[in-house]
Amino acid sequence: MTTEAPPAAPAKFTLTSRLLHWSMAAMVIGQFFLGATMVAALAYYPLLLAIHRVLGIVILVFAVVRLVNRLRHHPPAFLTTMGPLERKVATWSERMMYALLVLQPLVGWALVSASDVPVTLVGPVHLPGIAPHGIAVYAVLRTAHTVLAYLLFASFTAHICAVVFHTVGLRDGLLRRMTIRPWR
Amino acid sequence: MPTPRLNRRDALVGLAAAGTVLAAGAGGLAEASGWLNTRRLTSSRFADRFEQVYGRHNGFRRNHAKGVAATGTFTSSGAGAALSSASVFAPGTFPVTARFSLGGTVPDAADQPGAVRGLGLMLQLPRGEQWRTAMINLPVFPDSTPQGFFDRLLAGKPDPATGQPVPSVMKAFLAEHPETAAAMKVIKASPPSSGFADSTFHGLNAFIATNSAGTSVPIRWSAVPMDPPGVSAPGGHDYLFDGLVERMHRGPVSWRLVLTVADPGDPTHDATLPWPPGRRTVDAGVITLDAVRTEAAGNARDVNFDPLVLPDGLSPSDDPLPQARSAVYARSFERRTREPKSPSEVDVEKVKT
Repeated sequence: MTTEAPPAAPAKFTLTSRLLHWSMAAMVIGQFFLGATMVAALAYYPLLLAIHRVLGIVILVFAVVRLVNRLRHHPPAFLTTMGPLERKVATWSERMMYALLVLQPLVGWALVSASDVPVTLVGPVHLPGIAPHGIAVYAVLRTAHTVLAYLLFASFTAHICAVVFHTVGLRDGLLRRMTIRPWR
Repeated sequence: MPTPRLNRRDALVGLAAAGTVLAAGAGGLAEASGWLNTRRLTSSRFADRFEQVYGRHNGFRRNHAKGVAATGTFTSSGAGAALSSASVFAPGTFPVTARFSLGGTVPDAADQPGAVRGLGLMLQLPRGEQWRTAMINLPVFPDSTPQGFFDRLLAGKPDPATGQPVPSVMKAFLAEHPETAAAMKVIKASPPSSGFADSTFHGLNAFIATNSAGTSVPIRWSAVPMDPPGVSAPGGHDYLFDGLVERMHRGPVSWRLVLTVADPGDPTHDATLPWPPGRRTVDAGVITLDAVRTEAAGNARDVNFDPLVLPDGLSPSDDPLPQARSAVYARSFERRTREPKSPSEVDVEKVKT
């Protein structure tokens, strides 16, 4: 019986990075579909909006923490299954996602501020406005929020598709760099 | 390190898996946005319906398009504090941004005695809180559900040949909606006043007031005019608005803010049902409007009178309308803020004083 030597386990991201990654992934995917459902909804609009605001602020906090964490920890080296072009794309898409994850909650906060509605979070707790009042400002920010949401959705989807292709097609164990439990 | 080893089979499996992810994402987005079920009532379809029935009027609200801006104050008597801990009911005087409007989506429609009159209020409260409410001069709302309103809009669509709704269509609608037929009877029983200044404006929807002891009770509110009833004199194209502007040039106009308290068992879920007369009322204070302005950037034109912008101490009830109003107002706001603007029909400067 011959057994193929198992490929050496690739270096993992730090546990903090992995925990941040997965909690952010869950929140952002949830937030995107929540937002899409909310803007179409009637009866559930106010409830979804209330959750959307709180979740947006939590995502903003996590995004800043992640950014600091990312600047302090280098991720593990790219796998050899990734060519130079793919590495370039991966690097820039990572930067874009970090930028979007910080920018999108700020734009959401700013558009509520511009509409002159109190930025309510929970009960009487609200945040200060961060944009001047005015419908012209609101209109620009509201459009930007939609555009950024679709950009985030597209980059998330592309990211997941790429990881799935690596993991299922190339079987290079790319996903294992990010898993919490070292299965297999 | 594993080396790249990609045969045709693995490539296809990888692509299929990635394609599944893509399809799940796109499908989820389509479902969330209501693209898959064209009969689902979404905020967009609601806003579309106003445009479908009366045309699209860029830059204006999808409903209550014709209006004029005003400002003033609300002086709270403190009496409302027994019902609600909301800052608006503590004794004090708060700035008010107001908008008088006519129901309908045509921003330059001629004033008619029977057209629905609206009063939107935005009260600036301490600690950055606000209270926004949009009231009308009908004693009850014609519809109990968003779907009923949506369907009634189409049933009331003017026939291009006559310019009037088709009677048989409206009759069929009313047969299916006895609650609307009953509400119409209540509405007919209280004919409109002569103008804006002597109109009673009703909040119609029930909200829950919670006081500092934590006791909650359903309330409805109205703005009851302090002007005596005038004599109706329908005249020019904008006679209601002109009359209001003339009246306000003579001095401030005031309304008492009256809170009506539900008895146990009074319906809170259905704005077509009036509460029995004789319910306890509380005079919460006086709304005084002392300046009227042509709609323009930065004044009430740019305010979304979202009925769910409430101070802490007021909250929604089981009435389904405010939620839908909040959603559709937001959609209307989102659309009109992007659209090119044109001057409003009512020009305060042009009204003879």
